[in-house]
Amino acid sequence: MSRNDAGLRTTVGPARGAGRPTAAGRFRFVLAAALRIANYACMLLIVCAFALPFAWMISTSLKTLPETMIFPPEWIPDHPVWSNYTVAWNSGPFPKYLLNSFFVSAGILALQMLTIIPAAYAFARFRFPGRGLLFGLVMATLMIPPQLIFLPVYLMLSDWKLLNTHLALILPFASSAFGIFLLRQSFLQTAGELIEAARLDHAPEWKIMLRIMAPLARPVLATFALFSFISHWNDYFWPLVMTTNESVRTLPLGIAKIRETEGTATWNVLMAANVMLAVPVLIAFFAAQRHIIRAFVHGGIK
Amino acid sequence: MPMVPKRLKPYAMIAPALAVFSLFYLYPIGYMIHLSFHEWNFISPEKTYVGLGNYREMLADDVFLQVLRNSALYTVMTVLLATGTALPLALWLNRKSGFHAFVQGAIFSPHIISLVSVSLLWSWLMDPEYGLLNGLLHPLGIGPLKWLNDPDTALLSLVIVAVWKNLGYNTIVFIAGLQSIPPELLEAAALDRSKPWTTFRRIILPMLSPTLFFLVIINLIGSFQVFETIAIMTQGGPVNSTNTLVYYIYEYGFRYFKIGHASAAGVILLVIVGTLTLVYFRLLSRRVHYR
Repeated sequence: MSRNDAGLRTTVGPARGAGRPTAAGRFRFVLAAALRIANYACMLLIVCAFALPFAWMISTSLKTLPETMIFPPEWIPDHPVWSNYTVAWNSGPFPKYLLNSFFVSAGILALQMLTIIPAAYAFARFRFPGRGLLFGLVMATLMIPPQLIFLPVYLMLSDWKLLNTHLALILPFASSAFGIFLLRQSFLQTAGELIEAARLDHAPEWKIMLRIMAPLARPVLATFALFSFISHWNDYFWPLVMTTNESVRTLPLGIAKIRETEGTATWNVLMAANVMLAVPVLIAFFAAQRHIIRAFVHGGIK
Repeated sequence: MPMVPKRLKPYAMIAPALAVFSLFYLYPIGYMIHLSFHEWNFISPEKTYVGLGNYREMLADDVFLQVLRNSALYTVMTVLLATGTALPLALWLNRKSGFHAFVQGAIFSPHIISLVSVSLLWSWLMDPEYGLLNGLLHPLGIGPLKWLNDPDTALLSLVIVAVWKNLGYNTIVFIAGLQSIPPELLEAAALDRSKPWTTFRRIILPMLSPTLFFLVIINLIGSFQVFETIAIMTQGGPVNSTNTLVYYIYEYGFRYFKIGHASAAGVILLVIVGTLTLVYFRLLSRRVHYR
Protein backbone atom coordinates (compact mmCIF):
# COMPACT_ATOMS: atom_id res chain seq x y z
CA MET A 1 0.00 0.00 0.00
CA SER A 2 2.63 2.47 1.10
CA ARG A 3 3.96 3.11 -2.36
CA ASN A 4 0.53 3.74 -3.82
CA ASP A 5 -0.37 6.17 -1.08
CA ALA A 6 2.87 8.03 -1.39
CA GLY A 7 2.29 8.26 -5.13
CA LEU A 8 -1.21 9.54 -4.59
CA ARG A 9 -0.05 12.28 -2.25
CA THR A 10 2.66 13.58 -4.57
CA THR A 11 0.15 14.05 -7.36
CA VAL A 12 -2.35 15.70 -5.06
CA GLY A 13 0.23 17.88 -3.28
CA PRO A 14 1.61 19.98 -6.15
CA ALA A 15 -1.87 20.31 -7.70
CA ARG A 16 -2.99 22.23 -4.64
CA GLY A 17 0.03 24.52 -4.99
CA ALA A 18 -1.31 25.94 -8.29
CA GLY A 19 1.04 23.98 -10.55
CA ARG A 20 4.21 25.31 -8.95
CA PRO A 21 6.29 22.91 -6.83
CA THR A 22 5.93 24.20 -3.29
CA ALA A 23 8.25 23.35 -0.42
CA ALA A 24 5.68 20.94 0.91
CA GLY A 25 5.31 19.39 -2.55
CA ARG A 26 9.05 18.98 -2.85
CA PHE A 27 9.23 17.48 0.60
CA ARG A 28 6.54 15.01 -0.36
CA PHE A 29 8.41 14.14 -3.51
CA VAL A 30 11.59 13.40 -1.55
CA LEU A 31 9.59 11.44 0.98
CA ALA A 32 8.02 9.37 -1.77
CA ALA A 33 11.44 8.64 -3.24
CA ALA A 34 12.78 7.66 0.18
CA LEU A 35 9.79 5.41 0.75
CA ARG A 36 10.33 3.80 -2.60
CA ILE A 37 13.97 3.07 -1.77
CA ALA A 38 13.03 1.74 1.67
CA ASN A 39 10.40 -0.35 -0.02
CA TYR A 40 12.90 -2.01 -2.36
CA ALA A 41 15.39 -2.46 0.47
CA CYS A 42 12.81 -4.32 2.53
CA MET A 43 11.88 -6.43 -0.43
CA LEU A 44 15.52 -7.30 -0.96
CA LEU A 45 15.73 -8.31 2.70
CA ILE A 46 12.74 -10.60 2.27
CA VAL A 47 14.17 -12.18 -0.86
CA CYS A 48 17.37 -12.80 1.11
CA ALA A 49 15.45 -14.54 3.89
CA PHE A 50 14.25 -17.03 1.29
CA ALA A 51 17.22 -17.18 -1.07
CA LEU A 52 20.04 -17.34 1.48
CA PRO A 53 19.06 -20.71 2.98
CA PHE A 54 19.09 -22.23 -0.53
CA ALA A 55 22.37 -20.55 -1.38
CA TRP A 56 23.78 -21.86 1.90
CA MET A 57 22.61 -25.36 1.02
CA ILE A 58 24.44 -25.25 -2.32
CA SER A 59 27.54 -23.65 -0.78
CA THR A 60 27.74 -26.34 1.91
CA SER A 61 27.30 -29.11 -0.64
CA LEU A 62 30.58 -28.03 -2.27
CA LYS A 63 32.67 -27.86 0.91
CA THR A 64 35.07 -30.31 2.48
CA LEU A 65 34.11 -31.58 5.91
CA PRO A 66 36.65 -29.35 7.75
CA GLU A 67 35.36 -26.35 5.80
CA THR A 68 31.87 -26.93 7.22
CA MET A 69 33.38 -26.63 10.70
CA ILE A 70 34.54 -23.03 10.53
CA PHE A 71 32.94 -20.38 12.68
CA PRO A 72 31.88 -17.80 11.66
CA PRO A 73 30.94 -19.67 8.48
CA GLU A 74 32.40 -18.83 5.07
CA TRP A 75 30.31 -18.67 1.95
CA ILE A 76 32.69 -19.68 -0.83
CA PRO A 77 34.68 -22.90 -0.49
CA ASP A 78 38.31 -22.77 -1.70
CA HIS A 79 37.88 -25.60 -4.18
CA PRO A 80 34.37 -26.84 -4.87
CA VAL A 81 34.16 -30.51 -3.90
CA TRP A 82 31.81 -32.25 -6.30
CA SER A 83 32.47 -35.65 -4.79
CA ASN A 84 29.90 -34.95 -2.06
CA TYR A 85 27.28 -35.61 -4.68
CA THR A 86 28.69 -38.99 -5.64
CA VAL A 87 29.09 -39.93 -1.97
CA ALA A 88 25.46 -39.03 -1.35
CA TRP A 89 24.25 -40.83 -4.47
CA ASN A 90 26.22 -43.98 -3.64
CA SER A 91 25.16 -44.10 0.00
CA GLY A 92 21.94 -45.92 -0.85
CA PRO A 93 19.95 -47.44 -3.70
CA PHE A 94 19.09 -44.07 -5.21
CA PRO A 95 18.08 -45.20 -8.70
CA LYS A 96 15.59 -47.45 -6.92
CA TYR A 97 14.28 -44.63 -4.71
CA LEU A 98 13.89 -42.39 -7.73
CA LEU A 99 12.03 -45.07 -9.66
CA ASN A 100 9.75 -45.78 -6.67
CA SER A 101 8.97 -42.09 -6.25
CA PHE A 102 8.08 -41.80 -9.89
CA PHE A 103 6.05 -44.99 -9.96
CA VAL A 104 4.08 -44.09 -6.84
CA SER A 105 3.36 -40.46 -7.82
CA ALA A 106 2.41 -41.41 -11.39
CA GLY A 107 0.36 -44.41 -10.24
CA ILE A 108 -1.60 -42.25 -7.81
CA LEU A 109 -2.23 -39.64 -10.47
CA ALA A 110 -3.40 -42.20 -13.04
CA LEU A 111 -5.85 -43.81 -10.62
CA GLN A 112 -7.09 -40.43 -9.47
CA MET A 113 -7.88 -39.45 -13.05
CA LEU A 114 -9.84 -42.69 -13.50
CA THR A 115 -11.92 -42.14 -10.37
CA ILE A 116 -12.41 -38.38 -10.21
CA ILE A 117 -13.50 -37.68 -13.81
CA PRO A 118 -16.58 -39.93 -13.76
CA ALA A 119 -17.44 -38.96 -10.17
CA ALA A 120 -17.18 -35.23 -10.86
CA TYR A 121 -19.19 -35.68 -14.05
CA ALA A 122 -21.95 -37.56 -12.23
CA PHE A 123 -22.14 -34.95 -9.46
CA ALA A 124 -22.24 -32.11 -11.98
CA ARG A 125 -24.52 -33.46 -14.69
CA PHE A 126 -26.92 -35.99 -13.20
CA ARG A 127 -29.83 -35.61 -10.80
CA PHE A 128 -30.26 -38.63 -8.59
CA PRO A 129 -31.59 -39.42 -5.13
CA GLY A 130 -28.87 -39.04 -2.48
CA ARG A 131 -26.68 -36.76 -4.57
CA GLY A 132 -26.39 -34.09 -1.88
CA LEU A 133 -25.64 -36.63 0.82
CA LEU A 134 -23.00 -38.45 -1.22
CA PHE A 135 -21.35 -35.21 -2.23
CA GLY A 136 -21.29 -34.17 1.42
CA LEU A 137 -19.59 -37.47 2.21
CA VAL A 138 -16.91 -36.76 -0.39
CA MET A 139 -16.37 -33.25 0.97
CA ALA A 140 -16.07 -34.63 4.49
CA THR A 141 -13.05 -36.71 3.49
CA LEU A 142 -11.40 -33.51 2.33
CA MET A 143 -10.94 -32.67 5.96
CA ILE A 144 -9.49 -36.04 7.00
CA PRO A 145 -5.71 -35.75 6.73
CA PRO A 146 -3.48 -38.82 6.44
CA GLN A 147 -1.96 -37.90 9.81
CA LEU A 148 -5.30 -38.63 11.42
CA ILE A 149 -5.98 -42.12 10.06
CA PHE A 150 -2.53 -43.61 9.49
CA LEU A 151 -2.71 -45.94 12.46
CA PRO A 152 -5.97 -47.76 11.59
CA VAL A 153 -5.01 -47.80 7.88
CA TYR A 154 -1.65 -49.32 8.83
CA LEU A 155 -3.43 -52.09 10.76
CA MET A 156 -5.79 -52.71 7.84
CA LEU A 157 -2.97 -52.88 5.31
CA SER A 158 -1.10 -55.17 7.67
CA ASP A 159 -4.11 -57.50 7.79
CA TRP A 160 -4.23 -57.55 4.01
CA LYS A 161 -0.48 -58.24 3.82
CA LEU A 162 0.01 -55.04 1.83
CA LEU A 163 2.62 -53.33 4.02
CA ASN A 164 5.90 -52.79 2.22
CA THR A 165 4.28 -52.76 -1.20
CA HIS A 166 3.75 -49.99 -3.71
CA LEU A 167 0.02 -50.59 -3.37
CA ALA A 168 0.15 -49.43 0.26
CA LEU A 169 1.50 -46.11 -0.98
CA ILE A 170 -0.88 -45.78 -3.93
CA LEU A 171 -4.31 -47.22 -3.04
CA PRO A 172 -5.25 -44.88 -0.17
CA PHE A 173 -4.80 -41.94 -2.54
CA ALA A 174 -6.52 -43.56 -5.53
CA SER A 175 -9.19 -40.89 -5.43
CA SER A 176 -9.18 -37.27 -4.38
CA ALA A 177 -12.04 -35.31 -2.85
CA PHE A 178 -10.23 -32.14 -3.78
CA GLY A 179 -9.96 -33.25 -7.41
CA ILE A 180 -13.66 -34.11 -7.55
CA PHE A 181 -14.55 -30.74 -6.04
CA LEU A 182 -12.37 -28.82 -8.48
CA LEU A 183 -13.47 -30.76 -11.54
CA ARG A 184 -17.14 -30.60 -10.63
CA GLN A 185 -16.92 -26.80 -10.47
CA SER A 186 -15.43 -26.81 -13.93
CA PHE A 187 -18.05 -29.21 -15.31
CA LEU A 188 -20.83 -27.07 -13.85
CA GLN A 189 -19.52 -24.08 -15.74
CA THR A 190 -19.51 -25.87 -19.08
CA ALA A 191 -22.53 -24.95 -21.17
CA GLY A 192 -25.39 -27.38 -20.63
CA GLU A 193 -26.60 -26.89 -24.23
CA LEU A 194 -23.50 -28.66 -25.47
CA ILE A 195 -24.42 -31.76 -23.49
CA GLU A 196 -28.10 -31.56 -24.40
CA ALA A 197 -27.17 -31.42 -28.06
CA ALA A 198 -24.90 -34.42 -27.72
CA ARG A 199 -27.56 -36.32 -25.79
CA LEU A 200 -30.11 -35.56 -28.53
CA ASP A 201 -27.66 -37.05 -30.99
CA HIS A 202 -27.73 -40.20 -28.85
CA ALA A 203 -24.08 -39.89 -28.04
CA PRO A 204 -23.25 -42.35 -25.25
CA GLU A 205 -22.67 -40.70 -21.87
CA TRP A 206 -19.06 -41.82 -21.58
CA LYS A 207 -18.33 -40.26 -24.96
CA ILE A 208 -19.80 -36.93 -23.83
CA MET A 209 -17.69 -37.13 -20.71
CA LEU A 210 -14.40 -37.98 -22.40
CA ARG A 211 -14.78 -36.23 -25.77
CA ILE A 212 -16.53 -33.02 -24.73
CA MET A 213 -16.24 -32.39 -21.01
CA ALA A 214 -12.75 -33.64 -20.17
CA PRO A 215 -11.02 -31.66 -22.95
CA LEU A 216 -12.85 -28.50 -21.88
CA ALA A 217 -11.66 -29.05 -18.33
CA ARG A 218 -8.06 -29.58 -19.39
CA PRO A 219 -6.64 -26.54 -17.53
CA VAL A 220 -8.28 -27.69 -14.32
CA LEU A 221 -7.02 -31.23 -14.83
CA ALA A 222 -3.51 -29.91 -15.42
CA THR A 223 -3.70 -27.80 -12.27
CA PHE A 224 -4.82 -30.79 -10.26
CA ALA A 225 -2.18 -33.05 -11.80
CA LEU A 226 0.62 -30.65 -10.88
CA PHE A 227 -0.61 -30.40 -7.32
CA SER A 228 -1.11 -34.13 -6.91
CA PHE A 229 2.19 -35.19 -8.46
CA ILE A 230 4.37 -32.72 -6.55
CA SER A 231 2.60 -33.40 -3.24
CA HIS A 232 3.11 -37.15 -3.46
CA TRP A 233 6.62 -36.79 -4.87
CA ASN A 234 7.50 -34.78 -1.75
CA ASP A 235 5.65 -36.94 0.74
CA TYR A 236 7.64 -38.32 3.64
CA PHE A 237 5.00 -39.24 6.16
CA TRP A 238 3.00 -41.95 4.40
CA PRO A 239 5.91 -44.00 3.00
CA LEU A 240 7.69 -43.69 6.35
CA VAL A 241 4.76 -45.25 8.16
CA MET A 242 3.75 -47.87 5.60
CA THR A 243 7.15 -49.24 4.57
CA THR A 244 10.33 -50.47 6.20
CA ASN A 245 11.86 -52.09 3.16
CA GLU A 246 14.30 -49.98 1.12
CA SER A 247 13.16 -51.64 -2.11
CA VAL A 248 9.79 -49.84 -2.02
CA ARG A 249 10.82 -46.63 -0.26
CA THR A 250 10.83 -43.27 -2.01
CA LEU A 251 13.33 -40.49 -2.56
CA PRO A 252 12.53 -38.25 0.46
CA LEU A 253 13.04 -41.25 2.77
CA GLY A 254 16.29 -42.14 1.05
CA ILE A 255 17.58 -38.60 1.52
CA ALA A 256 16.52 -38.49 5.17
CA LYS A 257 18.27 -41.82 5.72
CA ILE A 258 21.66 -40.48 4.68
CA ARG A 259 21.95 -39.05 8.17
CA GLU A 260 22.05 -42.62 9.46
CA THR A 261 24.45 -43.98 6.88
CA GLU A 262 26.87 -41.06 6.60
CA GLY A 263 26.62 -39.66 10.13
CA THR A 264 24.58 -36.78 11.50
CA ALA A 265 27.31 -34.17 11.15
CA THR A 266 28.38 -34.73 7.55
CA TRP A 267 26.50 -31.64 6.47
CA ASN A 268 28.36 -31.33 3.16
CA VAL A 269 27.10 -34.74 1.98
CA LEU A 270 23.65 -34.14 3.46
CA MET A 271 23.32 -30.81 1.67
CA ALA A 272 24.48 -32.38 -1.60
CA ALA A 273 21.69 -34.93 -1.17
CA ASN A 274 19.31 -32.13 -0.32
CA VAL A 275 20.25 -30.25 -3.49
CA MET A 276 19.43 -33.37 -5.48
CA LEU A 277 16.02 -33.55 -3.80
CA ALA A 278 15.04 -29.88 -3.87
CA VAL A 279 16.66 -28.30 -6.91
CA PRO A 280 14.80 -30.25 -9.64
CA VAL A 281 11.49 -29.23 -8.03
CA LEU A 282 12.69 -25.64 -7.68
CA ILE A 283 13.72 -25.52 -11.34
CA ALA A 284 10.33 -26.89 -12.37
CA PHE A 285 8.74 -24.31 -10.09
CA PHE A 286 10.52 -21.33 -11.57
CA ALA A 287 9.91 -22.64 -15.08
CA ALA A 288 6.15 -22.93 -14.54
CA GLN A 289 5.72 -20.61 -11.58
CA ARG A 290 2.30 -19.26 -12.49
CA HIS A 291 0.75 -22.67 -13.02
CA ILE A 292 2.29 -24.25 -9.97
CA ILE A 293 1.29 -21.38 -7.71
CA ARG A 294 -2.26 -21.62 -9.05
CA ALA A 295 -2.29 -25.37 -8.48
CA PHE A 296 -1.14 -25.04 -4.89
CA VAL A 297 -3.42 -22.13 -4.06
CA HIS A 298 -6.39 -24.25 -5.12
CA GLY A 299 -4.90 -27.31 -3.48
CA GLY A 300 -4.56 -25.63 -0.12
CA ILE A 301 -7.93 -26.90 0.97
CA LYS A 302 -6.26 -30.15 1.85
CA MET B 1 -21.18 -48.70 -19.67
CA PRO B 2 -23.84 -50.26 -21.89
CA MET B 3 -25.02 -52.85 -19.36
CA VAL B 4 -25.79 -50.40 -16.57
CA PRO B 5 -29.44 -49.30 -16.43
CA LYS B 6 -29.81 -45.58 -16.95
CA ARG B 7 -31.02 -44.82 -13.44
CA LEU B 8 -28.01 -46.49 -11.86
CA LYS B 9 -25.48 -44.84 -14.13
CA PRO B 10 -24.52 -41.92 -11.83
CA TYR B 11 -24.04 -44.32 -8.92
CA ALA B 12 -21.77 -46.50 -11.01
CA MET B 13 -19.75 -43.42 -11.92
CA ILE B 14 -19.13 -42.32 -8.36
CA ALA B 15 -18.73 -45.84 -6.98
CA PRO B 16 -14.94 -46.17 -7.47
CA ALA B 17 -14.22 -42.86 -5.76
CA LEU B 18 -16.67 -43.61 -2.99
CA ALA B 19 -15.13 -47.04 -2.46
CA VAL B 20 -11.71 -45.45 -1.90
CA PHE B 21 -13.10 -42.86 0.52
CA SER B 22 -15.13 -45.37 2.49
CA LEU B 23 -12.32 -47.86 2.74
CA PHE B 24 -9.42 -45.52 3.50
CA TYR B 25 -11.02 -42.52 5.19
CA LEU B 26 -14.41 -43.22 6.71
CA TYR B 27 -14.00 -46.81 7.86
CA PRO B 28 -10.60 -46.14 9.52
CA ILE B 29 -12.20 -43.36 11.58
CA GLY B 30 -14.72 -45.83 12.96
CA TYR B 31 -12.01 -48.45 13.45
CA MET B 32 -9.85 -45.97 15.34
CA ILE B 33 -12.71 -45.02 17.67
CA HIS B 34 -13.35 -48.74 18.25
CA LEU B 35 -9.68 -49.40 19.01
CA SER B 36 -9.52 -46.51 21.44
CA PHE B 37 -11.78 -48.48 23.81
CA HIS B 38 -9.48 -51.50 23.74
CA GLU B 39 -6.07 -52.50 24.91
CA TRP B 40 -3.98 -54.17 22.24
CA ASN B 41 -0.28 -54.58 21.57
CA PHE B 42 -0.65 -55.35 17.85
CA ILE B 43 0.88 -58.82 18.21
CA SER B 44 -1.47 -60.72 20.51
CA PRO B 45 -4.63 -62.02 18.86
CA GLU B 46 -6.78 -60.66 21.72
CA LYS B 47 -8.08 -57.12 22.00
CA THR B 48 -9.19 -56.41 25.58
CA TYR B 49 -12.11 -54.05 26.09
CA VAL B 50 -11.16 -51.38 28.62
CA GLY B 51 -13.91 -48.81 28.14
CA LEU B 52 -12.61 -45.32 28.73
CA GLY B 53 -9.44 -46.74 30.31
CA ASN B 54 -7.13 -45.44 27.58
CA TYR B 55 -8.58 -41.95 27.84
CA ARG B 56 -8.25 -41.94 31.62
CA GLU B 57 -4.68 -43.20 31.41
CA MET B 58 -3.86 -40.56 28.80
CA LEU B 59 -5.32 -37.63 30.70
CA ALA B 60 -3.39 -38.71 33.78
CA ASP B 61 -0.18 -38.83 31.75
CA ASP B 62 1.95 -35.72 32.24
CA VAL B 63 3.65 -36.28 28.89
CA PHE B 64 0.31 -36.24 27.08
CA LEU B 65 -0.72 -33.03 28.79
CA GLN B 66 2.59 -31.52 27.76
CA VAL B 67 2.01 -32.78 24.21
CA LEU B 68 -1.36 -31.03 24.13
CA ARG B 69 0.21 -27.85 25.47
CA ASN B 70 3.04 -28.05 22.92
CA SER B 71 0.60 -28.62 20.06
CA ALA B 72 -1.57 -25.69 21.12
CA LEU B 73 1.40 -23.39 21.65
CA TYR B 74 3.01 -24.38 18.36
CA THR B 75 -0.27 -23.94 16.51
CA VAL B 76 -1.13 -20.55 17.99
CA MET B 77 2.36 -19.15 17.39
CA THR B 78 2.57 -20.51 13.85
CA VAL B 79 -0.88 -19.29 12.84
CA LEU B 80 -0.39 -15.83 14.34
CA LEU B 81 3.02 -15.36 12.75
CA ALA B 82 2.32 -17.01 9.41
CA THR B 83 -0.96 -15.22 8.73
CA GLY B 84 -0.10 -12.02 10.60
CA THR B 85 3.00 -11.35 8.53
CA ALA B 86 1.45 -12.60 5.31
CA LEU B 87 -1.22 -9.91 5.26
CA PRO B 88 1.08 -6.84 5.19
CA LEU B 89 3.34 -8.73 2.81
CA ALA B 90 0.41 -9.35 0.46
CA LEU B 91 -0.73 -5.71 0.57
CA TRP B 92 2.78 -4.81 -0.33
CA LEU B 93 3.43 -7.39 -3.06
CA ASN B 94 0.05 -7.06 -4.75
CA ARG B 95 1.35 -5.52 -7.96
CA LYS B 96 1.78 -6.84 -11.44
CA SER B 97 5.42 -6.49 -12.37
CA GLY B 98 8.18 -8.91 -13.17
CA PHE B 99 10.00 -7.96 -10.00
CA HIS B 100 6.97 -8.50 -7.78
CA ALA B 101 6.27 -11.82 -9.46
CA PHE B 102 9.85 -12.81 -8.70
CA VAL B 103 9.54 -11.88 -5.02
CA GLN B 104 6.26 -13.76 -4.83
CA GLY B 105 7.96 -16.78 -6.36
CA ALA B 106 10.88 -16.55 -3.94
CA ILE B 107 8.74 -16.53 -0.83
CA PHE B 108 6.50 -19.25 -2.25
CA SER B 109 9.35 -21.61 -3.15
CA PRO B 110 9.67 -23.36 0.25
CA HIS B 111 6.06 -24.43 -0.05
CA ILE B 112 6.64 -26.73 -3.00
CA ILE B 113 9.76 -28.55 -1.83
CA SER B 114 9.65 -31.60 0.37
CA LEU B 115 9.46 -31.16 4.13
CA VAL B 116 12.50 -33.44 4.24
CA SER B 117 14.47 -30.77 2.38
CA VAL B 118 13.18 -28.03 4.62
CA SER B 119 13.90 -30.00 7.78
CA LEU B 120 17.44 -30.99 6.81
CA LEU B 121 18.24 -27.50 5.62
CA TRP B 122 17.03 -25.85 8.81
CA SER B 123 18.68 -28.42 11.03
CA TRP B 124 21.92 -27.28 9.48
CA LEU B 125 21.06 -23.57 9.53
CA MET B 126 20.26 -23.93 13.24
CA ASP B 127 23.35 -25.97 14.06
CA PRO B 128 24.48 -24.58 17.43
CA GLU B 129 28.18 -24.71 16.56
CA TYR B 130 28.64 -24.03 12.85
CA GLY B 131 25.17 -23.03 11.65
CA LEU B 132 24.57 -20.01 9.45
CA LEU B 133 21.99 -18.45 11.80
CA ASN B 134 24.46 -18.22 14.66
CA GLY B 135 27.01 -17.03 12.10
CA LEU B 136 24.73 -14.16 11.09
CA LEU B 137 23.84 -13.29 14.68
CA HIS B 138 27.48 -13.39 15.82
CA PRO B 139 28.47 -9.93 14.47
CA LEU B 140 25.41 -8.48 16.23
CA GLY B 141 26.73 -9.81 19.51
CA ILE B 142 23.90 -12.33 19.90
CA GLY B 143 24.35 -15.95 20.72
CA PRO B 144 25.49 -18.55 20.15
CA LEU B 145 21.94 -19.83 20.47
CA LYS B 146 21.27 -23.54 20.88
CA TRP B 147 18.05 -23.48 18.81
CA LEU B 148 16.73 -27.05 18.59
CA ASN B 149 19.00 -28.34 21.35
CA ASP B 150 17.53 -26.22 24.13
CA PRO B 151 14.11 -27.14 25.58
CA ASP B 152 13.33 -23.43 25.92
CA THR B 153 13.89 -22.55 22.27
CA ALA B 154 13.25 -25.83 20.41
CA LEU B 155 9.50 -25.36 19.88
CA LEU B 156 9.97 -21.74 18.82
CA SER B 157 12.65 -22.87 16.36
CA LEU B 158 10.16 -25.26 14.79
CA VAL B 159 7.66 -22.40 14.59
CA ILE B 160 10.22 -20.36 12.65
CA VAL B 161 10.64 -23.22 10.18
CA ALA B 162 6.87 -23.56 9.77
CA VAL B 163 6.47 -19.83 9.20
CA TRP B 164 9.26 -19.88 6.62
CA LYS B 165 7.55 -22.75 4.85
CA ASN B 166 3.97 -21.40 4.95
CA LEU B 167 4.40 -17.65 4.65
CA GLY B 168 4.54 -17.70 0.86
CA TYR B 169 1.40 -19.77 0.52
CA ASN B 170 -0.54 -17.49 2.86
CA THR B 171 0.73 -14.40 1.08
CA ILE B 172 -0.28 -15.67 -2.34
CA VAL B 173 -3.75 -16.60 -1.11
CA PHE B 174 -4.13 -13.13 0.41
CA ILE B 175 -3.05 -11.58 -2.89
CA ALA B 176 -5.68 -13.65 -4.71
CA GLY B 177 -8.21 -12.35 -2.18
CA LEU B 178 -7.07 -8.75 -2.68
CA GLN B 179 -7.38 -9.07 -6.42
CA SER B 180 -10.98 -10.20 -6.11
CA ILE B 181 -11.97 -6.94 -4.40
CA PRO B 182 -13.92 -4.89 -6.98
CA PRO B 183 -11.59 -2.09 -8.09
CA GLU B 184 -14.53 0.38 -8.12
CA LEU B 185 -14.64 0.17 -4.34
CA LEU B 186 -10.99 1.17 -4.01
CA GLU B 187 -11.34 3.87 -6.66
CA ALA B 188 -14.34 5.30 -4.82
CA ALA B 189 -12.34 5.35 -1.61
CA ALA B 190 -9.45 7.08 -3.38
CA LEU B 191 -11.81 9.70 -4.82
CA ASP B 192 -13.19 10.33 -1.35
CA ARG B 193 -9.60 10.90 -0.19
CA SER B 194 -10.11 8.15 2.35
CA LYS B 195 -7.03 7.67 4.54
CA PRO B 196 -5.10 4.45 3.78
CA TRP B 197 -5.84 3.07 7.23
CA THR B 198 -9.54 3.81 6.84
CA THR B 199 -9.60 2.21 3.39
CA PHE B 200 -7.89 -0.82 4.87
CA ARG B 201 -10.22 -1.12 7.83
CA ARG B 202 -13.50 -0.25 6.12
CA ILE B 203 -13.02 -1.87 2.70
CA ILE B 204 -10.05 -4.18 2.40
CA LEU B 205 -10.34 -6.03 5.70
CA PRO B 206 -14.09 -6.77 5.44
CA MET B 207 -13.75 -7.85 1.82
CA LEU B 208 -10.78 -10.01 2.77
CA SER B 209 -12.35 -11.62 5.81
CA PRO B 210 -13.44 -14.85 4.06
CA THR B 211 -9.84 -15.30 2.83
CA LEU B 212 -8.45 -14.50 6.25
CA PHE B 213 -10.83 -16.93 7.84
CA PHE B 214 -10.01 -19.68 5.33
CA LEU B 215 -6.29 -19.22 5.94
CA VAL B 216 -6.60 -19.22 9.72
CA ILE B 217 -8.55 -22.50 9.65
CA ILE B 218 -6.26 -24.17 7.11
CA ASN B 219 -3.20 -23.11 9.11
CA LEU B 220 -4.76 -24.25 12.38
CA ILE B 221 -5.58 -27.70 11.01
CA GLY B 222 -2.19 -27.99 9.29
CA SER B 223 -0.28 -26.98 12.40
CA PHE B 224 -2.08 -29.45 14.63
CA GLN B 225 -0.89 -32.20 12.26
CA VAL B 226 2.76 -31.24 12.27
CA PHE B 227 4.93 -34.35 12.08
CA GLU B 228 7.75 -34.27 9.53
CA THR B 229 9.83 -31.43 10.95
CA ILE B 230 9.57 -32.98 14.40
CA ALA B 231 10.45 -36.48 13.24
CA ILE B 232 13.51 -35.27 11.34
CA MET B 233 14.71 -32.33 13.43
CA THR B 234 13.99 -33.10 17.09
CA GLN B 235 12.27 -36.50 17.55
CA GLY B 236 10.06 -34.74 20.08
CA GLY B 237 13.00 -33.68 22.23
CA PRO B 238 14.80 -32.29 24.06
CA VAL B 239 12.87 -33.72 27.03
CA ASN B 240 9.54 -33.77 25.15
CA SER B 241 9.65 -30.02 24.57
CA THR B 242 8.66 -30.50 20.92
CA ASN B 243 6.54 -33.61 21.27
CA THR B 244 3.19 -32.93 19.58
CA LEU B 245 0.02 -34.90 18.90
CA VAL B 246 0.80 -36.75 15.67
CA TYR B 247 4.32 -37.59 16.82
CA TYR B 248 2.88 -38.86 20.12
CA ILE B 249 0.41 -41.09 18.23
CA TYR B 250 3.24 -42.34 16.01
CA GLU B 251 5.47 -43.19 18.98
CA TYR B 252 2.74 -44.94 20.98
CA GLY B 253 1.66 -46.88 17.91
CA PHE B 254 5.00 -47.87 16.39
CA ARG B 255 7.48 -47.73 19.25
CA TYR B 256 5.48 -48.82 22.32
CA PHE B 257 2.87 -50.83 20.39
CA LYS B 258 0.08 -49.46 22.59
CA ILE B 259 -2.51 -49.33 19.85
CA GLY B 260 -5.45 -48.47 22.10
CA HIS B 261 -3.61 -45.60 23.75
CA ALA B 262 -2.42 -44.25 20.39
CA SER B 263 -5.95 -44.54 18.98
CA ALA B 264 -7.37 -42.60 21.91
CA ALA B 265 -4.88 -39.81 21.19
CA GLY B 266 -5.99 -40.04 17.54
CA VAL B 267 -9.60 -39.55 18.60
CA ILE B 268 -8.56 -36.39 20.49
CA LEU B 269 -6.93 -35.09 17.28
CA LEU B 270 -10.07 -36.05 15.37
CA VAL B 271 -12.19 -34.00 17.77
CA ILE B 272 -9.90 -30.98 17.37
CA VAL B 273 -9.77 -31.15 13.56
CA GLY B 274 -13.49 -31.95 13.35
CA THR B 275 -14.43 -28.99 15.53
CA LEU B 276 -12.30 -26.61 13.47
CA THR B 277 -13.83 -27.95 10.26
CA LEU B 278 -17.37 -27.59 11.55
CA VAL B 279 -16.72 -24.04 12.73
CA TYR B 280 -15.33 -23.28 9.31
CA PHE B 281 -18.27 -24.66 7.34
CA ARG B 282 -20.82 -23.16 9.74
CA LEU B 283 -19.39 -19.68 9.29
CA LEU B 284 -18.73 -20.21 5.59
CA SER B 285 -22.30 -21.21 4.82
CA ARG B 286 -23.41 -17.80 6.09
CA ARG B 287 -21.31 -15.99 3.54
CA VAL B 288 -20.72 -18.14 0.51
CA HIS B 289 -23.53 -19.46 -1.60
CA TYR B 290 -22.99 -22.93 -3.01
CA ARG B 291 -24.66 -24.07 -6.17
